[in-house]
Amino acid sequence: MTENRAGTVRRICQDHGGDRTRMMDIVLAVQKEFGYVPSAMMDVIAAETGSHRVEVESVVSFYAFLSSRPKGKVIIRLCDDIIDQMAGAERVRQVFEEELGIRVGQTTADGRITLEHTPCIGMSDQAPAALVNDVVVTELNGDKAREVARSLLEYMDPDRLVREYGDGNNAHELIQSMVHNHIRRRDQVILADMTPGEALNKALAMSPAEVIRDVNTARLRGRGGAGFPTGMKWNFTRRAAGTDRYVVCNADEGEPGTFKDRVILTEATDLMIEGMTIGGYAVGANTGIIYLRAEYAYLRAYLEHALEERRRQGLLGKSICGKQGFDFDIRIQMGAGAYICGEETSLLSSCEGERGDPKNRPPFPAEKGYMGKPTTVNNVETFCCVARILEKGPGWFAQIGSEGSSGTKLLSISGDCRGPGVYEVPFGISLREVQRMAGAVDTAAMQIGGPSGQMVGPEDFDRSICFDDISTGGSIMIFGADRDLLHVVDQFMAFFIEESCGYCTPCRVGNVLLRKRLNAVRQGLGTAADLQYLQELGETVKLASRCGLGQTSPNPILTTLERFRPLYEAKLKAEDDGLLSTFDVRSAMSEAEAITGRSSVHFSKA
Amino acid sequence: MGDKITFTIDGKDIEADAGQTILEAAEAAHMYIPRLCAHPDLQPYGSCRVCTVLVDGRPQSACTQPVAAGAVVESGTDKVTEIRRQIIEMLFVEGNHYCMFCEKSGNCELQALAYRFGITAPRYPYLFPHRDLDATHPDVFIDRNRCVLCGRCVRASRDVDGKNVFQFVGRGPEKRIAFNSEANLAGTNLDVMDKAVDVCPVGAILRKREGFRIPVGRRAYDHVPIGSDIETTAAK
Ligand SMILES: Cc1cc2nc3c(=O)[nH]c(=O)nc-3n(C[C@H](O)[C@H](O)[C@H](O)COP(=O)(O)O)c2cc1C
Ligand code: SF4
Ligand code: FES
Repeated sequence: MTENRAGTVRRICQDHGGDRTRMMDIVLAVQKEFGYVPSAMMDVIAAETGSHRVEVESVVSFYAFLSSRPKGKVIIRLCDDIIDQMAGAERVRQVFEEELGIRVGQTTADGRITLEHTPCIGMSDQAPAALVNDVVVTELNGDKAREVARSLLEYMDPDRLVREYGDGNNAHELIQSMVHNHIRRRDQVILADMTPGEALNKALAMSPAEVIRDVNTARLRGRGGAGFPTGMKWNFTRRAAGTDRYVVCNADEGEPGTFKDRVILTEATDLMIEGMTIGGYAVGANTGIIYLRAEYAYLRAYLEHALEERRRQGLLGKSICGKQGFDFDIRIQMGAGAYICGEETSLLSSCEGERGDPKNRPPFPAEKGYMGKPTTVNNVETFCCVARILEKGPGWFAQIGSEGSSGTKLLSISGDCRGPGVYEVPFGISLREVQRMAGAVDTAAMQIGGPSGQMVGPEDFDRSICFDDISTGGSIMIFGADRDLLHVVDQFMAFFIEESCGYCTPCRVGNVLLRKRLNAVRQGLGTAADLQYLQELGETVKLASRCGLGQTSPNPILTTLERFRPLYEAKLKAEDDGLLSTFDVRSAMSEAEAITGRSSVHFSKA
Repeated sequence: MGDKITFTIDGKDIEADAGQTILEAAEAAHMYIPRLCAHPDLQPYGSCRVCTVLVDGRPQSACTQPVAAGAVVESGTDKVTEIRRQIIEMLFVEGNHYCMFCEKSGNCELQALAYRFGITAPRYPYLFPHRDLDATHPDVFIDRNRCVLCGRCVRASRDVDGKNVFQFVGRGPEKRIAFNSEANLAGTNLDVMDKAVDVCPVGAILRKREGFRIPVGRRAYDHVPIGSDIETTAAK
């Protein structure tokens, strides 16, 4: 038995050339084979790849979708982010637990089905949603959850859960998913028609430097969140010393509330690949990598097909479009459930077969990226913009949008509104206009840019979405008047704690401390000093953390302390009773009170 | 090398070799920048953030950040000191540190940092994690309660000993040190003379049968604060 297994694992390793930098693919394949990565097999993988067992264990233990313990043949991952909670995820969980007879985190006694929670899977516009192995099920409720659970118990076949296909390419034979695009507004850049090869041919008629000049003239800034000028990044990459260069497409889309890249991958695939190919030409790369989050595994076959199709058309591969000397091809690297792998240096660590720890900077990826070679990492949407800039010209692009922010932006809008979905809008749109567009009434707060962004209230609704005012990678969550915003804050902090890589002290420890104190305040145990504590600790975590995750993780607390302070103040103790907020005197005494049968003279004010 | 550049730390002109880190350049100029994960014999790692400085106003870890000509570095200011103090306090509450009966007391870099920063008790609540220890190895034992996740043993074992005995598993608050063996430390090829055993800044990796060989009162930081050696070489 073990011999058989070892043989299979050896074959998997050999299929990947025994290359330890392909560790992600190897452990994912092993997991696919056995449902987990058995401890004994780690030695085999290490031996076959010239690695060490503890290094393999280190990788497996890092990613949420990998496991060293046996799990069910079917794994149900219930999305439990805030939007799903608001849409009824709690009821869905109850029904699954009832029907399967297990709790979240457990596997059925017969070892067939595992039930888990997972953060945002990029389906906030059709929440509550869940992943059943690779199959996405959306718009769940109690009844549908019951159906899903029963079907799985009977047939153990996730594919059977999909009865109707979603719109557009979701119905493509290689996707066949019930996911809907929910495209509610199209504009001219991303969600418009294109002819494959048109932009690329124009680019190839120019020199790489001219292509970069056009991207600069269009004033394109990265769509992944940080807004770095794309042309500048490409110039750094092009000019960096070294031979093999790489173009990496960041399709990790992990920021809760974002799902616009999902729609691009489904409906604007060619535009994105064309942009990557132009990027390859511009920076002088021969290889592109699409880093696809595990949650979007259902799109993989379709993406592979799209790549194959372009190879067939001479738009990828050797001498692209007949241009001698321009060889460029793209592979897909699957992720395995880690938000941090959207951070570009973590993403590269992951591509190299390592834990998704961020790297020290400098050197920056443009200088030393994937395998130590010059690399540009860009967002899915950024590549689409590039293709359109080359097709229609930088001047055309630059006149769309606002002063400092040219072009359009895809927004993923979810939460309390009638029209959750994807909206392509010119930069400069006001938040009030966003609400009107999405059919939101009585909006109390908007979370712009996901948990790492900021929460804003009515006094900011006239501000606009652009790099100079309120910037966003695309996530917009809308909260109505009856939502408990401090609960939202708590859930965001829980997300960061769950997703911190744990490398540096402030993020690993500070976020835990922040959340603890936040909840002490929410329970009515805090004083004004505790708000000060949250502020100071939050600022230190932001300032001293090593990467963008920790540098933004206190934002849920800090932005609400600034803009929704009365919510906190309403929770503070009426008068300072001299007790620490970390000490809950009521619960501390409850046992003694129960034993003696009487309550405390001093603290029984209840 | 050979290229010399100048920059300032807390207003003092520092001359450095291009390619040096801020921490190294400061040290050469007899200025001590507090650090925990950095070790002179190991690659920079940048995990503890105790060495945080402001470079032209931007926070950076001095142990990984290369010097830049004309940079204005802030290290000993109240603001930076306060950040470092908070980070050290976080490390204390994250683990279970029982200094009063720890064999490393007096030689412990974490404890010494606390003394240097005048920390008597952390402002944060203790997290009291449950952590395992491993005493299976004949000559070395590991107490994860005292581990600060600095990664020194990982780097030393990999880069100096060439053994990869240690590596981290898990992530976030669950991150912990693990061994290159299915069962325990005894199952690895760790040797008591390995660099990895030597470099632990706290009492997490200890040699067996050596407890209190150097009596309290004669230990590294019993009489002078950590960093004094760097600062006082200036006088020699
Ligand atoms: C914790 C974290 C997660 C991130 N996740 C993503 C992501 O899912 N997609 C993305 O494009 N950028 C993400 N980024 C930003 C990337 O690091 C990087 O800036 C971006 O991919 C660059 O592409 P752009 O210049 O085209 O925007 C993330 C950053 C951090 C700190
Ligand atoms: S801030 Fe530190 S612990 Fe948090 S994700 Fe980044 S490197 Fe990891
Ligand atoms: S000493 Fe620089 S981060 Fe630890």
